[in-house]
Amino acid sequence: MLHIINKSPLGNCSLDSCLHIAESGDILLIEDAVYAATKGNAVEGKVRAAMSRLKIHVLLPDLEARGLADRIIEGVSTADYGGFVDLVAANKNCQSWL
Amino acid sequence: MPSIEVNGENYETDEEGYLVNLAAWNTDVANRIAQLENIRMTDQHWEVINFLREYYEEYRIAPAVRVLIKAIGKRLGPEKGNSEYLYELFPYGPGKQACKVAGLPKPTGCI
Amino acid sequence: MSVVKKFMFVNRKAPYGTIYALEALELVLITAAFDQDVSLAFLDDGVYQLKKGQQTRGIETRNFSPAYRALEDHDIKKLYVEKEALEARGLTEEDLLVGVTVLGSREMGVLMDQQDVVLSF
Repeated sequence: MLHIINKSPLGNCSLDSCLHIAESGDILLIEDAVYAATKGNAVEGKVRAAMSRLKIHVLLPDLEARGLADRIIEGVSTADYGGFVDLVAANKNCQSWL
Repeated sequence: MPSIEVNGENYETDEEGYLVNLAAWNTDVANRIAQLENIRMTDQHWEVINFLREYYEEYRIAPAVRVLIKAIGKRLGPEKGNSEYLYELFPYGPGKQACKVAGLPKPTGCI
Repeated sequence: MSVVKKFMFVNRKAPYGTIYALEALELVLITAAFDQDVSLAFLDDGVYQLKKGQQTRGIETRNFSPAYRALEDHDIKKLYVEKEALEARGLTEEDLLVGVTVLGSREMGVLMDQQDVVLSF
């Protein structure tokens, strides 16, 4: 399953809830959620811990817009809009955590 | 949407006459907008227009009139950095009217 | 002579994901025309508004971050950033595109108390 998160991890509990519930599959961080993919953010530890069971992706244009493309946590993979579509197509279902 | 015609091409403007696509601006368009505003462009006008374009390039906003006057004074000398001089060039306001000719959005805070 | 009031704009949202940051910035620039005592406070995700190196071409959105550097020209010189907010995001003062005063939460609270008008975004 693909989980799509678009809220900042420090302003909203979407990412927390998702990490709490999701067993396996992919997580794609977009819009304000891309901050969760950056080193030094308070949720870095949680994100790293989740990487053993979930594949974490981040939408690169959103990270570039926020000036943070140079500090992605190792192991998080980047996706462009085409990659976003590929992820949706590759998963049998997906959920946007609004 | 209203538009102006320059050299056979149409340029979209908003209802107040500001260019919609800032990237489409060129000196011919500026001259046409000035003509519609009843302004005869001189070197003194161009000094102000070029300054505004540079300011926008740097900060991505049009400066408030007060800021424009101060900055022009610094750049071009005190005899030009005052509202009398700038209003003489652009009678309907150096902010509103000069920004229009320069192809920039209306300055923030300009009512 | 009208009375000068102390205005504080409190910015707590990241840029682009919502419209708050841009709306606050535009209102600040308008307020600058009225010769008031204006302070900007950046708390929580609001500190992300000042991050250097924003490149918005990929999301086809206007990059309004250069305008923070024009605030000084507009006589808005009081920019305060919450220390704890920077730390929780792995940011330092060097990551910011404009000079600011970094304050601890406690000092920020004291400053907020001193305002006549506080607008929250």
